[in-house]
Amino acid sequence: MVEPRPQDDSCRVPLVEIRGLRFMREGRLIFDGVDLAIPRGRVTAIMGPSGTGKTTLLRIIGGQLVPDAGQVIVDGCNVHQLKRRELFELRKRMGMLFQAGALLTDLTVFGNVAFPLREHTRLSESMIRDLVLIKLEAVGLRGARDLMPSQLSGGMARRVALARAIALDPMMVMYDEPFTGQDPISLGVLARLIRSLNDSLGLTSLVVSHDVQETCAIADYVYLIAEGRVVGEGTPSEMRDSASAWVRQFMHAQVEGPVPFHYPALDLTTDLLGEGSA
Amino acid sequence: MSDWLVAVGRRGLDLLVRLGRAHMLLFYIVLALPALVRQPREMVRQVHSIGVRSLVIIVVSGLFVGMVLSLQGYNTLVGFGAAQSLGVLVALSLVRELGPVVSALLYGGRAGSALAAEIGLMKATEQLAGMEMMAVDPIERVVAPRFLAGVMVMPLLAAIFSAVGVLGGYFVAVGLLGLDDGAFWSQMQSKVEFHDDIVNGIIKSAVFGVVATWIALFHGYEAVPTAEGVSLATTRTVVHTALAVLVLDFILTALMFNKV
Repeated sequence: MVEPRPQDDSCRVPLVEIRGLRFMREGRLIFDGVDLAIPRGRVTAIMGPSGTGKTTLLRIIGGQLVPDAGQVIVDGCNVHQLKRRELFELRKRMGMLFQAGALLTDLTVFGNVAFPLREHTRLSESMIRDLVLIKLEAVGLRGARDLMPSQLSGGMARRVALARAIALDPMMVMYDEPFTGQDPISLGVLARLIRSLNDSLGLTSLVVSHDVQETCAIADYVYLIAEGRVVGEGTPSEMRDSASAWVRQFMHAQVEGPVPFHYPALDLTTDLLGEGSA
Repeated sequence: MSDWLVAVGRRGLDLLVRLGRAHMLLFYIVLALPALVRQPREMVRQVHSIGVRSLVIIVVSGLFVGMVLSLQGYNTLVGFGAAQSLGVLVALSLVRELGPVVSALLYGGRAGSALAAEIGLMKATEQLAGMEMMAVDPIERVVAPRFLAGVMVMPLLAAIFSAVGVLGGYFVAVGLLGLDDGAFWSQMQSKVEFHDDIVNGIIKSAVFGVVATWIALFHGYEAVPTAEGVSLATTRTVVHTALAVLVLDFILTALMFNKV
């Protein structure tokens, strides 16, 4: 496994380490011996074709799914050996942006961003108001505080979810497909926000995406996952120049390559002339 | 034959697994109940959503059930010269049986299906997963308040159903059929026992409240997070609630009113 490029002392110990991860779901092997290291203070991207388990990986890191084998170490804690209360304490330091935003539909934008603060702090309402407005200002939606989630566009909903994810000033934020289904303006806004929030708040960001251009534009390091394992890793420029067939096919959107166009099936002639044919 | 046995065995195991998961959910809900003192606003909101919004269907149904009961009872009793006992028949039928059972069936169709759909959709839109990642327990924050609200409102809804039903029966008996209103009320007063009839009816409706709300919450919480999954969860909620209420009604009636 290639270590992430070190820049300073704080980057030497990764915030998230995944060792020998193996995970099966409904009899299907999703991960088979995945090793990853997410360095502190950086934007790390996990990319791969649809259905390779990128979202599943985030849920394993967050302790929502339990692997069959292997370890997930977050800030020195083995996530899957923590007691429930300890896991919840760890999650307070981990923000997550879900693909659909996951905003609570019975609360306003303000209520959604205030939700973790009200649940986990004993701050006064005026303090919560100030904090919420600061977080909403950071994502450019202070003026939308009274809207309901149903009144937001997809891009706005994700920005509100991002404000909520950083409400408790976490050490890391995980982004699940943040660019999917976004128009070019929202896409650019989100990409800029992820990078700028990471740098200004000193976060560690983990972006799961299959959007090559936008993700490579903001990521410091990229892991490519396919067939249940890491098939390539490096800086975005290293990945673009990689000789690996997997990496080339994905990074350059090639039709031919290790990822087949056809879903596994019988030979066409056998299928057409076999049982059930007229 | 062996395939058939395997299929039966698999279904049996699946059923046991789901029963186990349902009981685990109930266990976690009960554990979360003490924490509800910190959510008084949410409790009020849920009592309003589950209880107050069910009032219209409960009141209208209770009124017409009482009126039909009075008409049907009169036609039978008058043949035996016992038409003056119509008030007793209407009251006992409602308080012992129809009040708890019909209001529980209506509750399953109105509030139970809404609960299952709401929680299923929260799951489908990752709201429950989002809460977990914010270190908030969705059972404590979402499921337990709805459970307690459902258990609290069910006996009240059944009581309202019975009371309105008696009024409907009175209107038909005295207003339309010309029975003496003094006889209607006095016979009812002398024959309907507080402990044997009213309290047992309340116990029945409380049991139905626990079971109907539990079924709805379980199907919502375990729903497959797709449109089809949520649809299936609401259908199962209504069907399973109806079956559970009717079976439990027989068992409870046998325990409470069997004097053989």
